[in-house]
Amino acid sequence: MSILGTRVLRTEDPKFLTTGGEYTEDLVDDRLAGAAHVFFVRSPVAHARITGIDLDAARAAPGVVTVFTAADLTDVDPISPLPGYTAGMTATLLASDTVRYVGEPVAMVVVEDPYQGEDVLELVGVDYDPLPAVVDPREAARDETLIFPAAGTNTVISYGEELDEHLFDDCEVVVTRTIRNQRVAPAPMEGRAAAAVWGEDGRLTAWIPNQGAQGSRATLAKMLGLERDRVRVITPDVGGAFGAKFGADPEHALVAWVARAIGRPARWSETRYENLLGMTHGRAQVQTVTIGGRRDGRVLAYRLEVLQDAGAYPRMGAFLPSLTRLMTPGTYDVAKVESVARSVVTNTTPIGAYRGAGRPEATAAVERAMDLFAAEIGMDPAEVRRRNLLAPFAEPHRNGFGALYDTGDFPSALEKALEAAGYDELRKEQAERRARGDVVQLGIGIASYVEITGGGGESGPPNENATIEVHPDGSATILTGASPHGQGHQTAFAMLASEELGIPVEKITLKWGDTDLVPRGGGTGGSRSLQQGGAAVRQASQELLDVARERAADALEADAADLRFDVSRSAFTVAGVAQAAVSLASLASTERLFVHTVFTAPGATFPFGAHVAGAAVDTETGQAVLRRLVAVDDAGTVLNPLLAEGQRHGGIAQGAAQALLEEVVYDADGNPLTASFADYPILSPTEVPSFELVDMATPTTYNPLGVKGIGEAGSIGATPAVQNAVIDAVAHLGVRHIDMPTSPRTVWRAISEEGNRG
Amino acid sequence: MRVEITVNGSGRSDDVEPRLLLVHYLREVCGLRAANVGCDTTSCGACTVLLDGVSVKSCTVLAVQANGRSVTTAEGLSGVDGQLHPVQQAFRQEHGLQCGFCTPGMVMATVGLLAENPDPTEQEVREGLEGNLCRCTGYHNIVRAVLSAAGRLPAAGESSGSSAPGALAAPGALSAPGELSAAGER
Amino acid sequence: MIPSRFEYVAAGSAAEAVDLLRRHGDDAKLLAGGHSLLPMMKVRLAAPSVLVDIGAIPALSYVRVEDGQLAIGAATTHQAVSTSPVVRAQAPLLAWSAGLVGDPQVRHRGTIGGSLAHADPAADLPMTLSAVDGRVVVLGPSGQREIGADEFFLGYFETALAPDEIIVEVRMPVRPDQPWGYQKFTRRANDWAIVGVATVGGRVALANMGPAPVRARSTEQAVAGGATATEAARLAAEESDPAEDMHADAPYRRHLARVLTKRALIAAGVPA
Repeated sequence: MSILGTRVLRTEDPKFLTTGGEYTEDLVDDRLAGAAHVFFVRSPVAHARITGIDLDAARAAPGVVTVFTAADLTDVDPISPLPGYTAGMTATLLASDTVRYVGEPVAMVVVEDPYQGEDVLELVGVDYDPLPAVVDPREAARDETLIFPAAGTNTVISYGEELDEHLFDDCEVVVTRTIRNQRVAPAPMEGRAAAAVWGEDGRLTAWIPNQGAQGSRATLAKMLGLERDRVRVITPDVGGAFGAKFGADPEHALVAWVARAIGRPARWSETRYENLLGMTHGRAQVQTVTIGGRRDGRVLAYRLEVLQDAGAYPRMGAFLPSLTRLMTPGTYDVAKVESVARSVVTNTTPIGAYRGAGRPEATAAVERAMDLFAAEIGMDPAEVRRRNLLAPFAEPHRNGFGALYDTGDFPSALEKALEAAGYDELRKEQAERRARGDVVQLGIGIASYVEITGGGGESGPPNENATIEVHPDGSATILTGASPHGQGHQTAFAMLASEELGIPVEKITLKWGDTDLVPRGGGTGGSRSLQQGGAAVRQASQELLDVARERAADALEADAADLRFDVSRSAFTVAGVAQAAVSLASLASTERLFVHTVFTAPGATFPFGAHVAGAAVDTETGQAVLRRLVAVDDAGTVLNPLLAEGQRHGGIAQGAAQALLEEVVYDADGNPLTASFADYPILSPTEVPSFELVDMATPTTYNPLGVKGIGEAGSIGATPAVQNAVIDAVAHLGVRHIDMPTSPRTVWRAISEEGNRG
Repeated sequence: MRVEITVNGSGRSDDVEPRLLLVHYLREVCGLRAANVGCDTTSCGACTVLLDGVSVKSCTVLAVQANGRSVTTAEGLSGVDGQLHPVQQAFRQEHGLQCGFCTPGMVMATVGLLAENPDPTEQEVREGLEGNLCRCTGYHNIVRAVLSAAGRLPAAGESSGSSAPGALAAPGALSAPGELSAAGER
Repeated sequence: MIPSRFEYVAAGSAAEAVDLLRRHGDDAKLLAGGHSLLPMMKVRLAAPSVLVDIGAIPALSYVRVEDGQLAIGAATTHQAVSTSPVVRAQAPLLAWSAGLVGDPQVRHRGTIGGSLAHADPAADLPMTLSAVDGRVVVLGPSGQREIGADEFFLGYFETALAPDEIIVEVRMPVRPDQPWGYQKFTRRANDWAIVGVATVGGRVALANMGPAPVRARSTEQAVAGGATATEAARLAAEESDPAEDMHADAPYRRHLARVLTKRALIAAGVPA
């Protein structure tokens, strides 16, 4: 009986449920004995020159080890920018003469006891000479106030070619709208943290929560001016990441720097306030969509113009619009499509990757555009989609922007979702409510999506390594370059190895995240882990059997060709000779039995799906409530439905949260208004219903498992489905668009304005 | 100040400063680090423990306020042999945890909830856990875990009490979660 | 996240607490459930140098009916108030309101006296006290006095309590058979109200429509004069001075006040 495709419970759970995960703040390790604690002085203003820092009182306070400012960081260089970005937008580990966002680290105090930290922070005096703050990316794009005078512009990078002013010439109907894909905070439950110690050999050992120790090591080493082999990164349990724990932040490098400067281990663990200001934010695009076509529902042309807010110091966020561009046409077959993007700096927290990283933005834009077009021609939004979706394709499909969709059947996904939702009944109920003039109206929102997972990187085509070893006691250990932080890789990868080797899942241990143990790896993100890391585990298992077979042939004095591997016994047998058998475990007893392999995929894969949302809107107050979310998420073959469903639920919730509630808000001076969980409204259990998941699995041919990536899909489909549902609920009142988040005031305003237009 | 607190059944006597939060007393003084600190504003519930049998957010209780009382943490739930408490087992069975950071608090809040309401509906579960935030699971499986622990998990294919497909609610009778209202004596 | 240093003393009685407050003056604050004070101290918006703990005084936690009045000890938790069969029977609006404060963990610690003394105009209990025509019984160095709801709340987080006075009891008329209405408009279930409305016995009180709970007197008069809920609710914002924040500007708050008042009045039996 194959274990693949079954709901295997997570082997990692007992620990998490009893003693709890061991996160960076929990670490008890001899190497960290006597550690001092680092606290950061952070800028309370969005844009200012630092004219003075007074540390005397802080230095003299009880329990203080020392204090540091940028002036002390003489042995580190500014942070290298990403390639292609405008030169001169220089970031340093600590601000020296200018601060550019509220929360930017300015100084550090180091104390004996963490309870003293905030006492000492209060004693540090910093003088700021305010500069004009630029918060709106549209204003930044005008280059009137330069955030980096040395750069000469606020534009970080641009993507795309010149626009064709005739793109919509043959369209009977053209609709254009500027919409927001608002700034959100990844807000994993565990914030950022670090612990660091230097060995007598001058080598750094750093524990940081991350999404790929190898990448974090590379970034840390670069920030500190070290060769990679002088740095070891160890990954404790990680309490969620959602894209914001890749690489390393300045604070991680600073904690390591402090440890070296004071000759003692150093630790840091951020507060939620610091997290909501200091961890990179996500999304933050201003989009102009223009869609045109015929009144019979056929879309002929679509244009997407993106203005990306990159935040104060360009990081990954400035690059993400290139992924938005890549996925501009989505699931649709539109003859003429254009897409341009520009990233600008503003006096706000830098933007980084957040669940979907550029692709949800593309889907949200085209799905709004489809609904705007449908409303303009008076056609059912489901029907408009039917008339424009790409037909199922037998050969990989090029989408015109550099993406090669491996497999897909977008029309079926849409039909399945509509049917599961009872679309016709929902429309009927909507009509009845409208006829009665109910206070509470029903809206139905649809989203059809395709997204890119498991792409390659600078190092070449998508690949991941795995090492698998069978031990004499019959257990096995897998080393992976992936880096789980809640996804359940320990169980999933063990299933794959178990399937090949016949060793029970409970006897297989997964290790990752220690660069001394696993020097190479791509980490976990972009929904890559199963399709690359898992494929590597399977491949390694099979290669291990090849090695073992040769040994078994010797042991059984038979020809390798006459041997059969009996998975149920995890042993090689000789065909026709009942007693002649040798187990993998015994083959490991005289000589180590292990294999290291690298799996390389031909390219990225493209999961797809369709979501249908049902929202109730109270037309007197504007309150929108999500009542139902039906999701088809096709990520190919499903290895463990329990884990896959969990990923879909979590993604759907985050996607719905962006549509309904979440937004990082700054006032006009760049002061953040949502720097706590009281003000930043991450979902509680009462804001979402239970979700309705529909199964669909169109395998990919890009890996032997047939799997694509599921981690981000839910958040990509849910956001536009929910937004469209809220708008649909009040469409009969004349409303065509409501920006996210569809807060009560925003919805009510949209209703009132339409009402006033009469 | 000296405090005498019973932690997971064992009496302790410790010297603490008045401002020591109960969560840090548990983590740093008792070495029980399952409870986590996830926020600054008593919002997230990752620090939830039982104080004299009722759920509290230990980040908003001073250790000195627990003097003479008893505290139960997630570590104290499982059996002597490591056997999972039924709530812990239900969370595992239903995949009600992913990264695990919110989990000990979520489990303790669940134990507290079921002690007060042993037979909750789905809506009561969601409201009963409104003090506990999770970023990974979307709450769907957490709700299943709690209903399962309460013996109320519907069979596969049945609705667990949320809206039936194809219908929203009785016409005009919708009350949205954000609009908490009550009608007189009804 | 960590409060500034302070001294801590546990009081054994209300009188002892009053004495301690008097001795330590402005530097001292009372600690009951701590779920209004400690969050402020943790973000250092408050930094008292002395905390006087009354959370463990059994004599301050009770629910009784005496002479047609419901009397609740100041240190009674929201959980106890909301689940008390006596409160549910005699003042169901209060039971409902207390059951909506924060979340279950908060309700296990927060107290009725603490919440009223904290005087957040967006909170449930100040508005409710006003709606039920309740009073606080206050103990100070010179003895005991009663203060009605409308005189008690003076402004944002400001009450008529002197620094050395403590609430010992909350009283209100019993209303076992009076219909009531309650509306709490929030973004998420455990948020403070963007706007709240509580009504019973002809009184209408609003939360988060000004620096203190607001009595919607024009609405009350209209109802008394025979107006429908819809008509009377049009006047709901007349006495209000709503603040603007992320969730609502003044016009939207006024609009919500009118809509929610209408709904609360209908629930309280006023013809639509």
